[in-house]
Amino acid sequence: MQGTPQPRATAASNQPGARAKAAGEDIWKNRTDKINAELFTLTYGSLVAQLVKDYEDYAEVNTQLDKMGYNIGTRLIEDFIAKSGLTKCGSFVETADVISKIGFKMYLGITPTITNISQDQKEFSLILEDNPLAEFVELPEDAVRDGLWYSNVLCGVLRGALEMVLLQVECNFVADVLRGDEVTEIRVRLVKVLDEEVPAADE
Amino acid sequence: MPLHSLYIINKAGGLIYQKDYTDGIAKLSSNEYLVLAGTFHSIHVITSKLSPIPGSSGIEVLETDLFKMHCIQTPTGTKFLLVTDPLQANVDALMRKVYEVYADYVMKNPFYTPEMPIRAELFDLNLNKLIKQINA
Repeated sequence: MQGTPQPRATAASNQPGARAKAAGEDIWKNRTDKINAELFTLTYGSLVAQLVKDYEDYAEVNTQLDKMGYNIGTRLIEDFIAKSGLTKCGSFVETADVISKIGFKMYLGITPTITNISQDQKEFSLILEDNPLAEFVELPEDAVRDGLWYSNVLCGVLRGALEMVLLQVECNFVADVLRGDEVTEIRVRLVKVLDEEVPAADE
Repeated sequence: MPLHSLYIINKAGGLIYQKDYTDGIAKLSSNEYLVLAGTFHSIHVITSKLSPIPGSSGIEVLETDLFKMHCIQTPTGTKFLLVTDPLQANVDALMRKVYEVYADYVMKNPFYTPEMPIRAELFDLNLNKLIKQINA
């Protein structure tokens, strides 16, 4: 029960990065059912628009999106592990690599760049060069002003999925091209590695 | 070389699924199944603590002259136990398939509450299909 409770890419690999990339691409090509991109983006778009209508408060919409994402993440992680066959990670940096090259690749077909890894290796940024959720989106001015993070569901997904493998993280958008920023950036911070003997559901 | 039974144990040691697939397996009361699962869960913890090398997993295989019990614990803490004939081959591959069926028809079902006993027809159906191939 001690040791390294993080998810680890395949046991022995000389270049974990390259291997994760190949694994991600393989799963994306051969083992992922694809759906129509328009249906996907429009479904997400109408979901966000409906939340905006219902709550009339962009901060609350961010919270709701994060919650939905969390619920997705706690379930999706099983599919992720079942399909990828991965076990524990050796380090949080490796986790970052797996999230980008296998996780994002598998579910969204993109591979975000990992940058700004903090000194203590507990924080990193994911730069989304391409965001399938936001393909046709133009945010209204008040949404930009009041701080809507359109793709906030992704943060929830990451938070939920990582919590299930005993990594408690904080995760939020710090920049989004939809809001006029240069890049779309998600910041992930490891809060703590949870104790395996405490069931996460009891928290 | 059949597969006899499948048990799924949640991360707290509660039995959430149990099915027998061959005839002639002694049936226990539902309470006894729960005790069995809880006990195995504890043994799993104890075996990992016994390890001379820190960070070991818990017990993975229990072998007797008439059956073998295989256990995997997923990184999320759920345990899958397969009771098979001692000669059953390719249990790892089978285990992975069972896990995939679980991920698909249990975890992806929006109305399933995680950690609770599994009552899902689609899951039963797809498991039966898979296991029929093995036991054929």
